[in-house]
Amino acid sequence: MSVPIFEARDITKVYGNYVALNNVSIKVEKGSIFGLLGPNGAGKTSLIRIINQITVPDQGEAFFNGEPLKPEHVSRIGYLPEERGLYRKMQVGEQCMYLAQLKGLDHKTAKLKLRNWFEKFEIQGWWNKKVEELSKGMAQKVQFIVTVLHEPELLIFDEPFTGFDPVNANLIRDEILELRRNGSTIIFSTHRMETVEELCDSIALINKSQKILDGKVADIKREFRTNTYKMEFNGNMLGFTNALWAGAELLDRKQVDNHCTVTLRLAGNNTVNNLFAAIMPICEIISFNEVIPSMSDIFIRTVQPDIQ
Amino acid sequence: MGKVGLIIRREYLTRVRKKSFLLMTILGPLIMAAIMIVPVWMASVNVSVKKVLVLDEAGFIEGLLQENDDVKFFYTRTPLKKSLSTLDADGYFALVHVPRFQENDINHLQRQIKLYSAKQVSLSMKLFVRNQIEKQIERLKLQSQGVDQDLVDNVKKSVNVPLEIIPLDGEKGSGVEMNTALGMIGGILIYFFIFLFGAQVMRGVIEEKTNRIVEVIISSVKPFQLMMGKILGIALVGLTQFLLWVILTGTIYTVFMGTVVKEKLSSDKMEALMKQSPDGTAVADYDELKQTQQMVNEVSRINWGLMIPCFIFYFLGGYLLYGAMFAAIGGAVDSEADTQQFMLPVSAPLILSFVMAQTVLNDPNGSLAVWLSIIPFTSPIIMMVRLPFGVHYSEVLLSMGMLILGFILTTWAAAKIYRTGILMYGKRPTWKEMLRWLRY
Repeated sequence: MSVPIFEARDITKVYGNYVALNNVSIKVEKGSIFGLLGPNGAGKTSLIRIINQITVPDQGEAFFNGEPLKPEHVSRIGYLPEERGLYRKMQVGEQCMYLAQLKGLDHKTAKLKLRNWFEKFEIQGWWNKKVEELSKGMAQKVQFIVTVLHEPELLIFDEPFTGFDPVNANLIRDEILELRRNGSTIIFSTHRMETVEELCDSIALINKSQKILDGKVADIKREFRTNTYKMEFNGNMLGFTNALWAGAELLDRKQVDNHCTVTLRLAGNNTVNNLFAAIMPICEIISFNEVIPSMSDIFIRTVQPDIQ
Repeated sequence: MGKVGLIIRREYLTRVRKKSFLLMTILGPLIMAAIMIVPVWMASVNVSVKKVLVLDEAGFIEGLLQENDDVKFFYTRTPLKKSLSTLDADGYFALVHVPRFQENDINHLQRQIKLYSAKQVSLSMKLFVRNQIEKQIERLKLQSQGVDQDLVDNVKKSVNVPLEIIPLDGEKGSGVEMNTALGMIGGILIYFFIFLFGAQVMRGVIEEKTNRIVEVIISSVKPFQLMMGKILGIALVGLTQFLLWVILTGTIYTVFMGTVVKEKLSSDKMEALMKQSPDGTAVADYDELKQTQQMVNEVSRINWGLMIPCFIFYFLGGYLLYGAMFAAIGGAVDSEADTQQFMLPVSAPLILSFVMAQTVLNDPNGSLAVWLSIIPFTSPIIMMVRLPFGVHYSEVLLSMGMLILGFILTTWAAAKIYRTGILMYGKRPTWKEMLRWLRY
């Protein structure tokens, strides 16, 4: 396995009496899309600030590409904070140049790259506009460009899709995927589980300053599967329930004339094949699917176990 | 260019390019020049001549009253009632009536003299007319005692003691009046510059925080770099403004002196006046000119080579000291409205030194003045007030050293508060919390 692009080992961060992070360890593999999940106030922003070297951990270590985190790394990281903004009175182009140069690009390269991005997003006309003339979505586009302009190896997006209309959200999503194809690693901090479902390879879930879950999305889903299936068939509901007997528990049923829909959970060591063998003689199967827990379910189940 | 350099550049350029900067740069010297020039100019401009009719029934001032640029006297014999009825229509401003001489009593007569006015009479005009009449009565009284009027005039005009102060250390010092004015102006300028540009630092920090751009920037640079970049950038704006003011004011002053005053002071004219001196009026003019010349000499005698660098040092030092604290306040709050409770304690020493300036002027080398000019929180203003009176170089050096130490200390503390504050949104910290941030 290659060296992770970012690794946190047992990081603890305390503000006064408040523990923001408690022994948190994460690994972000190169080239992956990593989801940093957790309810508000869980400690996500504290962790992101440590990655960006805005603050330093009180205990534990952080590594970038295998090396202990140091100031030179900031030019290899791009960060789009959730609370983001621009100088309102400054012109768009001038402001982009300023922020790009702060990230270590020289004047000429910055200008060239900005021109390319402005063309790509078809916003060349904004160069001399003042930021206060832009709409929120327009300003977000500019911020996105500034974040990715210096082609960082690691990109951190904190709720990147808020404020975008669906068209622009798609545009940004495609750009993010393109960046990944070109070798960048991406960390998402988000509440939007559909984003996680759609984009993330791995996640870490932080709650109350502690990491409570992490791993590949596929593995986590497998881990959280409950042997629950949804099935449609034509036949007699009574005959069907009799045939199930103790092999499966019926969670939900619906019948319209001859057409039945059921949700069931396999019991014990029963397999789908056992089930099929039992019911095939008495009904005509139309569809059969495993009910896979959504990330949203997993999130809620993990964060609030008592409700379960 | 380093990152701090980039920040300084942005802070500087965005402010210098503002229209308000240009406006202040032009208006500043114009206002200062106006304060110096307008009174002189006003005096020289001929406001419409006021004609005053004189009805002298006693016959002792007719044709004798001296006129000036504003007031001209005309004499009449027409009876009082008739004169008054046509006074306004004939274009006269007022009428002086001296009644018939009775019982040879001058004291009685002078109480009977009246000034009838057709239009509102200004104080200066009343004083001028009264002065002229009094001179004639004086002459009359002297005459009755057998004294020659011209002799008295000459004696009076030749008495004028300038009382020049010559310090014992050999250097020719400037006059007390000039020192006081200079000290006061220096102190006021420092006071306003610190407040003006310190507030700009604070507003800039609040702007970055409320815009939420601060988190983007501090993912590229350290908070300390951002804070120092801002403070230094605005310091350069202040210096630019000050230097432009010095140059512009200097130019206006030089041009004005070159055209208006020089003409008055040219040595030819002086000599001409000297030759005329036997007749009394010219001597008066000559004295007046000499005073103006003395003032001009005093201005040029001031040690500008010391004053201007010291001003720049104390402006920078004071500004850095307070600017860092203003930055910390800006970082700790969410909006300008929340700054009030922190502003007052922080600016109290500044206001105190401004208030104490008058006391210091009265005793520029007293122990209060010395201490206030060494304590870094008050020294920028107080030292500027004291400097024109001459301060021993060891005191200046001590004060400068303390100021440097002071702003290093406040910048260090401010950076800690700033660093924590800029990432906190939504709540106004208390003093206690801010002190705790110092330990983070």
